[in-house]
Amino acid sequence: MLGQLSCLSGALVLAVAVATPASAYMVYVSNEKDNTVTVVDSDTMEVVKTIDVGQRPRGITISHDGKFVYLCASDDDTIEIIDTATHEIVGSLPSGPDPELFVLSPDGKTLYVANEDDNLVTVIDLESKSVVAEVPVGVEPEGMGISLDGKTMVNTSETTNMAHFIDTATNEITHNVLVDSRPRFAEFKPDNSEVWVSSEIGGTVSVIDNESREIKQKISFEIPGLRSEAIQPVGVRITADGKKAYVALGPANRVAVVNTETYEVEKYVLVGQRVWQLAFTPDQKTIISTNGVSNDITFIDVETDEPVQSVTVGALPWGVVVSPQ
Amino acid sequence: MTSPVQAGILSADRGHERRFGVRHHLMCFRGIVFREGLRFLNQRERFISSLVRPLLWLFVFAAGFRQVLGVSIIPPYKTYVLYEVYITPGLCGMILLFSGMQSSLSMVYDREMGNMRTLLVSPFPRWFLLVSKLLAGVTVSILQVYVFLAIAWFWGVKPPVMGYLFVLPALFLAGVMLCALGMLLSSMIKQLENFAGVMNFVIFPMYFASSALYPLWRIQEASPLLHKICLANPFTYAVELVRFALYGQIDWYSLWIVVGCILLFLGGAIYAYDPSKGLLSRKQDGGGNT
Repeated sequence: MLGQLSCLSGALVLAVAVATPASAYMVYVSNEKDNTVTVVDSDTMEVVKTIDVGQRPRGITISHDGKFVYLCASDDDTIEIIDTATHEIVGSLPSGPDPELFVLSPDGKTLYVANEDDNLVTVIDLESKSVVAEVPVGVEPEGMGISLDGKTMVNTSETTNMAHFIDTATNEITHNVLVDSRPRFAEFKPDNSEVWVSSEIGGTVSVIDNESREIKQKISFEIPGLRSEAIQPVGVRITADGKKAYVALGPANRVAVVNTETYEVEKYVLVGQRVWQLAFTPDQKTIISTNGVSNDITFIDVETDEPVQSVTVGALPWGVVVSPQ
Repeated sequence: MTSPVQAGILSADRGHERRFGVRHHLMCFRGIVFREGLRFLNQRERFISSLVRPLLWLFVFAAGFRQVLGVSIIPPYKTYVLYEVYITPGLCGMILLFSGMQSSLSMVYDREMGNMRTLLVSPFPRWFLLVSKLLAGVTVSILQVYVFLAIAWFWGVKPPVMGYLFVLPALFLAGVMLCALGMLLSSMIKQLENFAGVMNFVIFPMYFASSALYPLWRIQEASPLLHKICLANPFTYAVELVRFALYGQIDWYSLWIVVGCILLFLGGAIYAYDPSKGLLSRKQDGGGNT
């Protein structure tokens, strides 16, 4: 009897161990309207915590060791540092006015910040928490992308309609590429061969060759039953294997799945209203979209490209980042 | 009043009831199901028309309304769904509704043609004959639903694979409920021509005033009165039962209401078809067609 019981308990422990997923990540979502960051468990897909932050939180990223979340508090003209262990704000960075979006260098030491109001890209050294350089760019800078080798950074300016290629060694613009109206986001292909820039008003994604710095392809989107004005590409993410790209289409309430070899749209995934930014989980099994108007995020299975679940977060979710562990 | 012939049949019924075993009952059941299946197979246009109706709704109506109605998350869905995904359980319900009604109302035709008498004079208990007839009708309609779901799959309506299994008992219960309702109605209809009346006064109102086409919260926003009517409509619960089952969940509230309605409608139909008590005898006394 006792032996049976111990067998049973052993089996139960094994079952629990098997059932418990190896990787539950924390998803951090900045809510632009109610000045909070929502923390969601990627495994249970439930809200774990809501953190009060500065005014108009938008761009959000995380340190490579997962200890600190960096957040653009746009209306407070600062970047806040949140400790992921305590979920408390533990410091700030001098960002320059109206920081909107930023990108962390691959070595995790430098933060490149787009200052929407004063047409600058501010370069911040994270160790000394000081501004290293300011790069003048076009009007209303927003999108920020960096190559995996960390040598090239791309900034897009919404009003100038340009993608500015910046050499990170000199912090100077080397190339300007004219793209369609209101470029919002820049993303490097993992092999550094291409930069994908989304144009919100133009309704396209420009694929720029990183060698020639010329547009080699323009991807447009068509959804039956939707006016073309409703299709406004914003966030772009490319899988680590470089095979698929996901493009958030704003008020079209869909995320487009694009084949990076043929540049054909393979699928439109239905998510919440006004989908804005995207983030992969580190295992690349899931991509998460922020849906501003419907105040939720949607988990999409990367293998099947099917939406799995939507989770209500704060008001007007804008940016999203997932913890590395 | 019971006629002498009917009284004779009735006493014969009762006399024979005890002498028949399970084997005989099964033989009778098989005969009724076989006849229903044969009738269905011989009327291919009926099969096609029963599929064309929901498919038109899926391909044309749902496509047009996709953007107008927008999207929302309501249980059992965990994320946003397209309108065609939302409408699919309602269309399964539509197949069950039309098919169930048609099968039960064919009893009116049987009565006109005299087939009914052949059936009812059989020595098996009346309730058994009616339930057999009802189950035969439900089996045929469930087959139709599965063909529809298979076509819908190619149209992008892809519930979880297990949902196709879980939905079977829900389809069965919903089908029995609607068939029983049809049977109860058929006992009140004298002639087949009155089927049009049933279409207009029963089938269409039941279908439209339910959660088949629009979520209840949206109906409530549009008209609180219509919302109340939808809540009083048993078809709403049949659709919700099917909707939840298709996603591997049980909507207990709908389940109990459907089971309750089955008992009510089936009991009513058995009562109505009992020549000693029911409406049938009263109508026949009044000169109805038999």
